Amino acid sequence: MIAFLIKRLYHALLVMFVISVISFAIQDNLGDPIQQMVGQSVPESEREVLREELGLNDPFYLQYLRFAKNAAQFDFGYSYTFNEPTTEVIMRHLPATLELVAATTFLIILLSVPIGVYSAIKPRAWLSRAFMGVSIVGISIPVFLTAIVLIQLFAIGVSVSPFPADTGWGAWLNGLLSTEGGMPAYGRGDPTHVVGTWYTNFASFESLTYLVLPSISLASIMLPLFIRLIRAEMLEVLQSEYVKFARAKGISLRRIYFVHALKNTMLPVITVGGVQIGTLVAYTILTETVFQWPGMGLMFLNAIERSDIPLIVTYLMIVGLIFVITNTLVDLIYGLVNPTVKLTGKPA
Amino acid sequence: MIFRKTLLAATIGATMSAAALLPATAAADTTLRMAYDADPVSLDIHEQLSGGILQLSHMSFDPLVRWTQDLEFEPRLATGWEQVDDTTMRMTLREGVEFHSGNAFTADDVVWTIERLKQSPDFKAIFEPVAEVTAVDSHTVELTTKAPYPLLLNLATYIFPMDSQYYSGTDADGDPKDEIVKNGNSYASRHLSGTGPFEVTERQQGVRLAFERNENYWDEASPGNVDKIVMTPISENATRVAALLSGDVDFIAPVPPNDLDRIRDDEDVQLVTMSGTRIILFHMNQERVEAFQDPRVRQAIAYAINQEGIADRLMKGFATPAAQMSPAGYAGHVESLAPRYDLEKAKQLMAEAGYEDGFSITMMAPNNRYVNDAKIAQAVAAMLARLNITVDLKTLPKAQYWGEYDDRVADMMMIGWHADTEDTANFHEYLTACPDAETGAGQYNAGNYCNPELDKLVAEANLEVDLAKRAEMLQQLEQTLYDEAAFIPLHWQDLAWASASNVDIEPILNVMNFPYLGDLVIEE
Repeated sequence: MIAFLIKRLYHALLVMFVISVISFAIQDNLGDPIQQMVGQSVPESEREVLREELGLNDPFYLQYLRFAKNAAQFDFGYSYTFNEPTTEVIMRHLPATLELVAATTFLIILLSVPIGVYSAIKPRAWLSRAFMGVSIVGISIPVFLTAIVLIQLFAIGVSVSPFPADTGWGAWLNGLLSTEGGMPAYGRGDPTHVVGTWYTNFASFESLTYLVLPSISLASIMLPLFIRLIRAEMLEVLQSEYVKFARAKGISLRRIYFVHALKNTMLPVITVGGVQIGTLVAYTILTETVFQWPGMGLMFLNAIERSDIPLIVTYLMIVGLIFVITNTLVDLIYGLVNPTVKLTGKPA
Repeated sequence: MIFRKTLLAATIGATMSAAALLPATAAADTTLRMAYDADPVSLDIHEQLSGGILQLSHMSFDPLVRWTQDLEFEPRLATGWEQVDDTTMRMTLREGVEFHSGNAFTADDVVWTIERLKQSPDFKAIFEPVAEVTAVDSHTVELTTKAPYPLLLNLATYIFPMDSQYYSGTDADGDPKDEIVKNGNSYASRHLSGTGPFEVTERQQGVRLAFERNENYWDEASPGNVDKIVMTPISENATRVAALLSGDVDFIAPVPPNDLDRIRDDEDVQLVTMSGTRIILFHMNQERVEAFQDPRVRQAIAYAINQEGIADRLMKGFATPAAQMSPAGYAGHVESLAPRYDLEKAKQLMAEAGYEDGFSITMMAPNNRYVNDAKIAQAVAAMLARLNITVDLKTLPKAQYWGEYDDRVADMMMIGWHADTEDTANFHEYLTACPDAETGAGQYNAGNYCNPELDKLVAEANLEVDLAKRAEMLQQLEQTLYDEAAFIPLHWQDLAWASASNVDIEPILNVMNFPYLGDLVIEE
């Protein structure tokens, strides 16, 4: 176990090193931060002074060494646009992203388990077919489009009138197809302050409404995947000998499905899920942009636009770290629930 | 009878109507919720010369004078001005004005502010002509220029007096409070004390900027009734429009051209558009392409470009076709210069110059800086193809584009320019003057067009204090640039704002795109 963790730590450092070198290597292609900092009529001589001050004229290896030396002390430099240490900037944006991911995870769990289980138990029911059909569509629609459609339907509202409004049935059908709108279209609203730079949307009902559309958009990518995964695993489990045996013993179907079968279905789902939640953090870039959700994804995109190199590098390092951590945790959990997996790879 | 489609919509509808009722009954405050595509980078108004900063300046400070909608000067903190001699202007300052901090506004603040402007990397070039500022008495200042300078009032629109006492001394870290730091956390970038209609109450960069009305604002004649402003940057076009249409914000800018019709058709919102002052143009690099040295080739290209077509179809009417740099209202604007689209004439000129079979060039344009920039470049490339000019077009995001632009890596490059001084000479100094690394002239002249006579003419115009005479000189400049086809003008980018129908934005907007929010009226 300890050996495994040490090995992982070494891996993590290696990953961080590679990420930092790559993000430093591409910085010349990210554009000139000075261009973003000064007005267009600023003479070249002034720009040169600024470039010198920021150390942008130094050769690549010198800039990298300076960065690495500071990074070893958890100092990733100052953001060019926020004028603050990049770690502080990221820590301020992190809660928003984590809350979005948490709400999305909650939605995915809440919906994927019952739908997956149902469509495995009754694979031929029309409702199951409908779920599978919709999930195919869900996989193929980009999150950007989902978000825009959701905004149009539930934030702005749509009123349609293909049916005659003066008849009772026509008005009813029109009403059925129209939406009211009124959901918040952007941002976090007025989140409640918890501690330090942490503001939360989970503290009031009004704040929660701001989470609804972004988390549905974000969930729309992963939800179909999970439904299909749970369904497939469950179908397989239901074919297994011990389920057949349990049935033969006359154990109630409810107990078989939800106690025996579901437990074994969820093991692989949890491991896959753990990795996917790491991926969700990366997917937030698109969702946060559309909903102007003030999290890390939006911050990262703005940083690229302004060539804020220190912030870009720090973001990539931290997201890399999140991946490494979630993968390690997943491996550990897998080892715990399935002791036949050997973590250290040593002969037993 | 309304049937809501889903449970989701029902719950949400209920919350929203409850939320909507609350402020109407409880709030006596009138709040303006606005969304712009970007927020100011700093609270230090001398740190960067950009739209966002000027917007902030007009909200929290007051200029000495400001532009009206017809590009005339309107007194603000300066109540009067007179030219004492060719190089001196005396300005009388408003009395009884207080800064947010409670300090009284005096001539010393103006002197202090101009001296600080002369230190600012971004503003220093504009304030270069000013030699000296002196306080004659507590409410009179004298501005002396190095030579006769006709644009002193244009400059005065950039002078937003700062609270000199408030910004004096050192902060907790021992740094001077008035230092201008580009990439750092200075006192002035976090604290603000101006004379303006709004005080900053909260700032989370990139997320939210909140203002509250200055209770002691001097301008009691102003009809403005906004008590609070919450400004949110929304960079995504579709989201910004959605936020307005759903009623989450009351005022947005800019309005993307694709959504103009959608906003026009909605009765709860209103749209205001204006012809802008930013010119979009192409440079033809004479150093890289020999053919461009021949005026006939340049003219041929000018004849081959259909500005009207681009403005009409590509920009959906959201641009004013241009044949010169100066928009209407500028001193050098020549009414008679119209786009000269004539393909036959163009072909004939190419033949005369001996380039009947055309040639190949490279072209570059940004793809996220100006409205439809990449599409415009494609259209221009297609139009040049009819002259047998083969174009190898590359478009880049703005973050990468400007580096390439500075290096002049393509034969034709696009640029958009707004004159900081709202004056014709500024266009020439940066875009068409003979490039000179020493003086910074022609810094953005990617065409390497050089006509020393024009440079001389502009230098003279900049010493001419008789404004009518000066306008004539600048018009002569535009005419010559047109005749020689020094560059390819495309259009002036139009401006658009939209607001909820009870927010009366029309009287407070202007072509410089800094709405005078202090005068904004919101009807209850």
